[in-house]
Amino acid sequence: MRALIIDDSRAMRSILVGILDEAGFDTVPVADAEEALALLDSDRNFELALVDWNLPAMSGLELVVALRKIPNLEDLRLMMVTTETELERVREALDSGADEYIMKPFDKEMLLEKLTLLGIDV
Amino acid sequence: MRASDLPAPQSAISPLAFDYIRRLVRKESSIVLDDGKTYLVTSRLGPLARECRFESVAAFISHLQSTSTGKLHTLAVEAIATTETSFFRDHHPFAALRDEILPEMVRRRSTSRTLSIWSAACSSGQEPHSIAMILRDRFANLEGWNLQLAASDISRRMTDRAREGLYTQLEVNRGLPAPYLVRFFEQTEDRWLLREDVRKLFRFFHQNLAEPWSVVAPVDILILRNVLIYFDVDMRREVLRRVRGLLRPDGYLLLGSAETTLNIDDLFTRVPVGRAVFYQVTPKKGQER
Ligand SMILES: C[S@@+](CC[C@H](N)C(=O)[O-])C[C@H]1O[C@@H](n2cnc3c(N)ncnc32)[C@H](O)[C@@H]1O
Repeated sequence: MRALIIDDSRAMRSILVGILDEAGFDTVPVADAEEALALLDSDRNFELALVDWNLPAMSGLELVVALRKIPNLEDLRLMMVTTETELERVREALDSGADEYIMKPFDKEMLLEKLTLLGIDV
Repeated sequence: MRASDLPAPQSAISPLAFDYIRRLVRKESSIVLDDGKTYLVTSRLGPLARECRFESVAAFISHLQSTSTGKLHTLAVEAIATTETSFFRDHHPFAALRDEILPEMVRRRSTSRTLSIWSAACSSGQEPHSIAMILRDRFANLEGWNLQLAASDISRRMTDRAREGLYTQLEVNRGLPAPYLVRFFEQTEDRWLLREDVRKLFRFFHQNLAEPWSVVAPVDILILRNVLIYFDVDMRREVLRRVRGLLRPDGYLLLGSAETTLNIDDLFTRVPVGRAVFYQVTPKKGQER
């Protein structure tokens, strides 16, 4: 399984990479939405994307909308990983095409539980 | 070990005090405290001791020792119990309930239109409330049914919390599908409140499983998760014996993922459902389900 991780915080990227690596994923971490989209131009072989909300230029929410328009990527499971904790934000993310939502702070077990909810065996 | 289980400095208790608590807890709740669980006693009695204005856990325990068993002793026993839980804990048992067990039960009960579920060690309510959300989401056709939905725990503090239905961000972040969060919760400052129509589905009450049970009507689905592990073998056997008396012949028992009836009560049949395991009372020869 391959996972794309989009987060502008180096520390957060390395935490997520650490957890997913251990769970048996191949991980590709990137720092912003533009980089993620550029990458997906040529490589759509991902089962999972973890998207931070607050990214430098294009927001995580805009990225989710963009990702959902990419052909041959319909099976990608999308989870927001964010410090945004307003109920309205969760609703917005789901309405925009995210499948799951996890609020920071979280621990490894919580993240893995969320993956189970996405139908991913860990 | 949870961070909150680390003892505060100067909270040491004597082996005699530990032994007193161990006996009290065993007698009142059947919970077995192993040797070396002193840290657990001090960390869990600490907040209660402070609340009751004792200067230390040791002082609290010696007060308990010198008075006859009453309210404070009960509170102490309840405080010792491990209450860890989460929404949709372990996922698969709840998926099996949603996709197999509940549809089957609803089909079988379509004439009597009664369904009874008991969550018998419900802690702060995540377990019964997970089922309540499944019922609201998937079984809207139960309008007009006689639903007997009950949930109990030895700890009144826990059943109060369960009834209140108010959860922290950390708690709703664990195991709860985001679509359910959006659909069934309201946000109140830094807490998440389960919507009233879901919160009120289960009736919450106090029940010590080591005492006579107040639930006497037959049960279709009995959820008894992650509580037998705290009991000794005799008490596990006794509880399972009573469960057999309470379950309908086609009813299901759900235990915790690390628990089994095996080698404790051989009158249950293990029934794998999806990626979970349920138990049914083994039919006597010549009896049909
Ligand atoms: C670890 S929690 C499990 C909660 C939930 N069933 C789950 O699986 O997530 C164990 C619960 O059992 C309760 N308990 C312990 N001894 C009990 C007894 N003798 N009678 C009833 N409940 C008891 C505790 O108060 C606690 O809430």
